[in-house]
Amino acid sequence: MVEFSLPANSKVVEGKYVKAPEGATNIRKFKIYRFDPDTGENPRLDTFEVDLDKCGPMILDAMVKIKNEMDSTLTFRRSCREGVCGSCSFNIDGTNTLACTKPISEIRGDVKIYPLPHMPVIKDLVPDLSVPYAQYASIEPWLKSDTPAPTAERLQSVEERERLDGMWECILCFCCQTSCPSYWWNGDRYLGPAILLQAYRWIADSRDEAKGERLDNLDDPFRLYRCHTIMNCTNTCPKHLNPGKAIGEIKHLLLKRR
Amino acid sequence: MINTPQEQRILQSKLGRVRGLGSTREGVHHWWAQRMSAVALLPLALWFVFSVISLTGSDYASFTAWAGEFGNSVFLVLLVVTMFHHAQLGLQVVIEDYVHSEIWKVGLLLFVKYGSVVFGFSAIFAILKISIAG
Repeated sequence: MVEFSLPANSKVVEGKYVKAPEGATNIRKFKIYRFDPDTGENPRLDTFEVDLDKCGPMILDAMVKIKNEMDSTLTFRRSCREGVCGSCSFNIDGTNTLACTKPISEIRGDVKIYPLPHMPVIKDLVPDLSVPYAQYASIEPWLKSDTPAPTAERLQSVEERERLDGMWECILCFCCQTSCPSYWWNGDRYLGPAILLQAYRWIADSRDEAKGERLDNLDDPFRLYRCHTIMNCTNTCPKHLNPGKAIGEIKHLLLKRR
Repeated sequence: MINTPQEQRILQSKLGRVRGLGSTREGVHHWWAQRMSAVALLPLALWFVFSVISLTGSDYASFTAWAGEFGNSVFLVLLVVTMFHHAQLGLQVVIEDYVHSEIWKVGLLLFVKYGSVVFGFSAIFAILKISIAG
């Protein structure tokens, strides 16, 4: 029935403690989840003392400082450091968000950093996102049109283009996807908030001519209707988008076409 | 999941696994039935609660007399039908969400579906018996 016993390597043990250099006064403790698949050991929570006087303002600044100066084996994804690439998404202080846009000053006490929840961990803070990527591919996120391609752009009115606002901004960081309990329990069949937001992004596009086909593929008790409007997705989105509303719009359209 | 023995035995692509057996193309019916029955339950449940409160302290005879009145019997049957239909729709979703062992899932779904029919029909016949047989 329901699994009460935890899978192997679930218990997180206390890890090492790295002190700040002598003379540091503005110290903040960073507790970071570590897992090395090669050792076969359980994950551990390492503590790093970071001198905030010699550190940038964001969580990512502190993580890069730790990697540069304290432990070069700390493994995490990062790229743009300005909230447009979606690489540095972690569970920070209990909430999924981007390390590059989350100020250290917003967190009281120790800063706890874990990988995105309920995903297989490859190493340290790097989760295996191959299933959500495949789910993204499954909704065929490209323009489908039978009208012969025009010689110039496919035109949209200002109003038609405005309907894509709040969706094109998604950077696929999967903060929402991995915050959703329905996705935790049924992530193999439920598409999840990030993918459904993208599915609706193409349904709402005035240039797309495959709305019916797209809705057919979503009209499924597991793919779409595992959403029980828990709304963790909308609460956690670091770009302040609203996947919950997009899912509601898909449900509305499925009802409307009956 | 990445290097577990189970995972090493599955070489099917992630996209193939995600697409699975395809969309059922009938999710909206279940979802809408749940909403519609919820809306219907709102006045029915309020009516039932207020009726029972107003009958507080009544004896068995006056209770059955109330239930046997034509309008009350109709609303009681409607309440029972809507309630059990709504309950089995909702419990089905809960079971599908949380129970991942196939045997347990099928067993519990059968129990909920058949159980709601058995209990629902029992309640309806009890109401009809009071209403018609007196």
